[in-house]
Amino acid sequence: MSSPAVTEDILLEVKGLTVSYGDIRAVKNISFQVRRGEIFTLIGANGAGKSSTLRAISGLIRYSGTLSFQGENLYGVSADRIVARGLAQVPEGRGIFGNLTVMENLRLGAWLRRDRRGIREDIERILEALPRLKERLHQLSGTLSGGEQQMLAIGRALMSRARMLLLDEPSMGLAPKLIADIYRVLREIHATGTTLLLVEQNANLALRLAHRAAVLETGEITLCGESATLLASPDVQRAYLGA
Amino acid sequence: MAYFAQQAVNAISLGFLYALIGLGYTMVYGVLTMINFAHGDLFMLGAFVCLLLVTFSPVALPFPVLLILVMVIIGGLGVLIERLAYRPLRQAPRVSAVITALGCGLVISNTTLSISPYSRAMPEVFDDRYFNVLGVGVSTLQVLIIGVSLALMIGLDALIHKSRFGMALRAVAYDAGTVPLMGISVNRIISLTFLIGTGLGGAAGMLYGMSFPVISASMGILVGWKAFIAAVIGGIGNIRGAVLGGFILGTVEIFSVATLPSTYRDLISYSLLLVILIFKPYGILGRAPNIKV
Repeated sequence: MSSPAVTEDILLEVKGLTVSYGDIRAVKNISFQVRRGEIFTLIGANGAGKSSTLRAISGLIRYSGTLSFQGENLYGVSADRIVARGLAQVPEGRGIFGNLTVMENLRLGAWLRRDRRGIREDIERILEALPRLKERLHQLSGTLSGGEQQMLAIGRALMSRARMLLLDEPSMGLAPKLIADIYRVLREIHATGTTLLLVEQNANLALRLAHRAAVLETGEITLCGESATLLASPDVQRAYLGA
Repeated sequence: MAYFAQQAVNAISLGFLYALIGLGYTMVYGVLTMINFAHGDLFMLGAFVCLLLVTFSPVALPFPVLLILVMVIIGGLGVLIERLAYRPLRQAPRVSAVITALGCGLVISNTTLSISPYSRAMPEVFDDRYFNVLGVGVSTLQVLIIGVSLALMIGLDALIHKSRFGMALRAVAYDAGTVPLMGISVNRIISLTFLIGTGLGGAAGMLYGMSFPVISASMGILVGWKAFIAAVIGGIGNIRGAVLGGFILGTVEIFSVATLPSTYRDLISYSLLLVILIFKPYGILGRAPNIKV
């Protein structure tokens, strides 16, 4: 993979993370680390706790355990301040504001920035990379197709100039051709030096993209390691790759 | 014909007032899907704050200064009510927040009533004159009401459709859960919405008090509820709907009084609401909500 070297320093550290909804524990005491410059993926079936993990990292839900980003504890930091620290999320189901235009969605992604010129340049760059958005720039984003909305959601998260992107099932509900497009874009984003934490049900795709991975099953990490190792593992092949 | 034109002028100025109050209901509904039933009482308080300022100010305050002061004071009170009474109930069932809003309204109107049990006369804020335009009598006050309301509405429309705040406001109305992921504090947007929405209600209270110069604590219920009806007719949650609804209600009221015994006025306007809601359950410009699965 022709991308910036993965470093040894830890960008995001998850230690003993537990997320509960009432009596139900969706995530049970999980720990993993994401290194600066790498692509890390959490794979697992529906309901394994993947989205809950991302939502906890983004500060959208309550949790117990320790989350730290660039060595700073995230506990008690509100979701909007976490974005300010350089962590942006592309939420499950895209979270596009359908009543706003494509342009307005992109500008909202840059909410915390004040450098008008930089924002304009970033919008230009994102539109170059995602030409289908360019044609629909002043259209209401609710009228876009699923694939276009996913592109927009990714572009919008990039507008914050985050160090790290959290992506919640970007391939969900898309045709294979579009999924390939999305993954190509993710590779390009990573090549610019952004660290990615990718949550996927589509283990095959995610493991081929990521450096390292963890398998989440009913809220617990059952396997964690190099993606290549996991791809070759008979357990993973049987459970997630249909081998 | 001149009579008709005269009534039309009256209908327009009353319509603007209903629209101005209705905007506050509709803005809050748009972001929180909650009816702020205290809004009518804040409208009433706008008139009383104006009265207090005129009565106790050592210098005669010019109209624009009075207007801004009233808007800031009432808007600030709206922010305070949201912060203290509604925010803690944000995750509670909607009905709890609505009942709390009714309670806040009762506290405001009864506090006003205990301080001022009788109706008060609103002093003249400026020298009001009538002049004749093509046989139709128009007062400076009417011109002022129309001008100020129009300016506030155009300003609000630009704010919502052109500014950063407006963009965030529309995003919150669409999906408040995702807004924090943009780095936006939803609470700040909601506070600003209350500041502007109740500020406009305060301005309406002041203008209403000036044009119907006897003000009382019950004004919030009498007039505020009608503005709420106007917002529902137009499609609650929709800014342009509130304005349209205000004009429809103002027109119906003025012309029903002009052609029928005046006691029929409220019967007709409330019946109108029922009839419109039968055919357009979400109001004229309202749309059925997107149910997210």
